[in-house]
Amino acid sequence: MLEIQNLHARAGENEILKGIDLSVGAGEVHALMGPNGSGKSTLANVLAGQPSVEVTEGSVLYCGRDLLAMAPEERAREGVFLAFQYPVEIPGVTNSYFLKASVNALRKHRGEEELDAIDFLELVRDRMKAVEMDEKFLSRAINEGFSGGEKKRNEILQMALLEPRLAVLDETDSGLDIDALRIVADGVNHLRRRDRGMLVITHYQRLLEYIVPDRVHVLTEGRIAASGGKELALELEQRGYGWLEKEPEGAAAG
Amino acid sequence: MADNTAIEEIANREYEHGFVTEIEEDRIPPGLTEDTVRLISSKKNEPEWLLDWRLKALRRFLEMLEADREPTWAQVTYPKIDYQSIVYYAAPKQTKTVESLDEIDPELLRTYEKLGIPLVEQQRLSGVAVDAVFDSVSVATTFKEELEKQGIVFCSFSDAVKEHPELVRRYLGSVVPYSDNFFACLNSAVFSDGSFAYIPKGVRCPMELSTYFRINSAGTGQFERTLLVADEGASVSYLEGCTAPMRDENQLHAAVVELVALDDAAIKYSTVQNWYPGDKNGKGGIYNFVTKRGACRGRRSKISWTQVETGSAITWKYPSCILQGDDSVGEFYSVAVTNNRQQADTGTKMLHIGRNTKSTIISKGISAGRGQQSYRGLVRIGPKAHGARNYSQCDSLLLGDQCGAHTFPYLEVKNASATVEHEATTSKIGEDQLFYCRQRGISEEDAVSMIVNGFCKEVLRELPMEFAVEAQNLLGISLEGSVG
Repeated sequence: MLEIQNLHARAGENEILKGIDLSVGAGEVHALMGPNGSGKSTLANVLAGQPSVEVTEGSVLYCGRDLLAMAPEERAREGVFLAFQYPVEIPGVTNSYFLKASVNALRKHRGEEELDAIDFLELVRDRMKAVEMDEKFLSRAINEGFSGGEKKRNEILQMALLEPRLAVLDETDSGLDIDALRIVADGVNHLRRRDRGMLVITHYQRLLEYIVPDRVHVLTEGRIAASGGKELALELEQRGYGWLEKEPEGAAAG
Repeated sequence: MADNTAIEEIANREYEHGFVTEIEEDRIPPGLTEDTVRLISSKKNEPEWLLDWRLKALRRFLEMLEADREPTWAQVTYPKIDYQSIVYYAAPKQTKTVESLDEIDPELLRTYEKLGIPLVEQQRLSGVAVDAVFDSVSVATTFKEELEKQGIVFCSFSDAVKEHPELVRRYLGSVVPYSDNFFACLNSAVFSDGSFAYIPKGVRCPMELSTYFRINSAGTGQFERTLLVADEGASVSYLEGCTAPMRDENQLHAAVVELVALDDAAIKYSTVQNWYPGDKNGKGGIYNFVTKRGACRGRRSKISWTQVETGSAITWKYPSCILQGDDSVGEFYSVAVTNNRQQADTGTKMLHIGRNTKSTIISKGISAGRGQQSYRGLVRIGPKAHGARNYSQCDSLLLGDQCGAHTFPYLEVKNASATVEHEATTSKIGEDQLFYCRQRGISEEDAVSMIVNGFCKEVLRELPMEFAVEAQNLLGISLEGSVG
């Protein structure tokens, strides 16, 4: 479903991604780990089409299509979802208005009828229960005054509403207490399906106790330094990232 | 970098109301002399006192013009206006007085229909009485009879002079004296028409009153005058809309609006201003130099201004409140948009004179393209205004990096018991906000519109329903796309 080949990208003057190869198949959950500044978020942003990141080399195929040639909204409509590390606030725009606009943009793209206010409310109420979000968040401005945990839950709510084919979660676990972490992980596990791929970016092994990945990749200095099964995450927990950074050439590419 | 093509497309979208109505017109030669004023006055069969008032204004204006006293303190630039080259009166030709709408030139009716303001009975906007002003004259007023049953007077200014001279004479110039300022003075000399409303004691006006101003004729200026009086315990909501054809030359619009609220009266005055803003290089467009002021004369009276300013090449406008009556309330809610080469210097004055007077100022400025915008506001608390309170909030939103936003808040407090609060913010529409929306499948143009409408929410919710929707659409059209 997702095939990244020799991907190089820069943000401003700095080359951040220096040749990434990574494949995520349908039904698979891949974890992407790595130290701060290794390029994890940059990769997530490239996949979502963040305009400030420039791809200088390589290719990304999504369901056989050239992902990099698609505008961000087109990617979203085709089923690519990014749960943001730092969800932005949009003052004055209610969450429900935004979510409905988003859901309907996708439905329209698929040639489905747009949901009216009543149908939408029914849908969103159902999904909110899953992430244990209070309905009062519907009438509040997008992420405004939300706590860190509330923002992350809001991201998972959006994922549940939009039912993406490829979900990229950018450090959704960072800054969460254990209860919020469980809720977020439940939300993700709930969405695991045979036709859905997920790339879970995390700094800590902790999240992977709740979301058990099929594959684990380690990103250091813009390259995949190691790939393996879920036991790789445990090894990283014990040994840290240092041993990988020193000998990147010995690592297997994903 | 950001994909700007969608944006540019929208930014270049044509001004929707830019068409010209072909109609035979009665038009006087350009120029401004005593004869011009006498001619306008005689065309309207005005009484002597009004002509005298006009002539006093004219003499004062010519003195100011001679002394080069055109105001220059506003943060706007434009070439010197040649006041002798303007046509001060142009009106659709009409041989006799119109008794009913059937006698109005169908071309005019079509014009208003095209603008979304149907005047004929079957299609009228329900719950909104409209006075349609075309160039220098009012062409029709709807629901006049229905309103009369409750003693409400709503008619063109010219009719008011004929039918209610005592009211006009009593209140005309009582809030904005003819000598008030350069443009008000010009208006007082040459104003040709406008709307008049009087709401008698204890009457709540059952429908929205509205005036739709249309400039059509080339080379003319529009100088209308609106006077609204709410007697004791009366209340009214008034709406004002404006459009003009696209022309390469600049046209002057110098209006005066006076509001008077007596004891326990309330006036809500809403404007959606969409004069032609000029093309994207700044060619053409309306110079909108307007004086609007309301007097809260009575105790517990209230005047609320809401404006959405999206049009005009230059806007120079400060709807103000004189809070004279004890416990009176003044409000100013404003959204101003400047895109391309538009300039706006707008704000308000809240003059607290009575005790426990209260004012609120919420100003939202949005600049895009090479637009330049200033908020200029004065809050003056007089020595007798014990317990006066003011809250001001001025927020600016920038789209792109070639536009500008400025804030000039003036504060004069002469009573120690007053409470004055001022908050101001400037923010840029974030690439990250746009990206967030796009990542959720929302197009860039819809995202801009959504973010801007969110930014203006506190003001838009003050607008009557019919206007709120129009205002939101206008914001979308005049703005989207200017993210650089």
